[in-house]
Amino acid sequence: MTDPFELAGKTYQSRLIVGTGKYRDFAETKRAVEASGAQIVTVAVRRVNITERGKENLLDYLDPARYTILPNTAGCYTAEDAIRTARLAREAGVGNLLKLEVIGDQQTLFPDVPATIEAARVLVKEGFAVLPYITDDPIAATRLQEIGCAAVMPLAAPIGSGLGIRNPYNIRIILQQSRVPVIVDAGVGTASDAAVAMELGCDAVLMNTAIAGAKDPILMAEAMRQGVEAGRKAFLAGRIPRKLYATASSPLDGLLQ
Amino acid sequence: MFFRVQVILNGEQQTLSEGLTIAGLIDHLGLNQRRIAVEVNREIVACGQYAVRALANGDQVEIVHFVGGG
Repeated sequence: MTDPFELAGKTYQSRLIVGTGKYRDFAETKRAVEASGAQIVTVAVRRVNITERGKENLLDYLDPARYTILPNTAGCYTAEDAIRTARLAREAGVGNLLKLEVIGDQQTLFPDVPATIEAARVLVKEGFAVLPYITDDPIAATRLQEIGCAAVMPLAAPIGSGLGIRNPYNIRIILQQSRVPVIVDAGVGTASDAAVAMELGCDAVLMNTAIAGAKDPILMAEAMRQGVEAGRKAFLAGRIPRKLYATASSPLDGLLQ
Repeated sequence: MFFRVQVILNGEQQTLSEGLTIAGLIDHLGLNQRRIAVEVNREIVACGQYAVRALANGDQVEIVHFVGGG
């Protein structure tokens, strides 16, 4: 079955996008990414350590020729900081794709949606393929789509919370109204959460902590890969309707009298 | 006699030789030019300029790269 995922003019086989934070070392990051089957990986932009010369670079382990590198603006609390970070990320030479995050609050890490929209406006004009992290708010999703974002990325639950999809009904509304890919970003805890997102009809799922924070990240990466694949197939297959009472699976005719 | 310039590099005061270019600084820090981005006084310096842009007294320099993140 071919069921490609199209994002910003490129086609992918995998619908799982993974982060690269919180791993023990780059070798573990690489093994987890490989086990996940992801073709798109997120990275953060930070100052280089000027006191440690010749330190290894993440991209030595994740070849940009093999993976689509998706820089984020994590840690930015204003549109201005996010725009600055985005421009630096592009200058570092991995392309125009950008996971736009403008955080509104330290405790919840919920996005500042008005600031996200403000930054998206500027960055879309500058030619970025903007993938904004937003709350599960259909109006915000519509506004960002109108601005020209390449996808919308509603959260399942707070970043790193592992609560799974808190509001599947809002996600369904976003899906019905969206002409761009809908990627559930943040809050997934385990493989069934990823499957639920895909069964709802989401185009892809983005996660980091659920894999990196698992006792065995490599095994969880594989489980997430399968969860996303299973959920996608179930969505395409079309599930049966929910009913209150039983429907027999075996024929009623020919029963012994 | 050598002249020195004071810059702020990634938030830290540094004393560098006068005339040191960004390319020279990157080399000195043992970094790969293709995997970083550089800002001087909040303006991005294109990598084609690294070899010709000399750092001046009081410059605020930021050198960033990609790290693990979600």
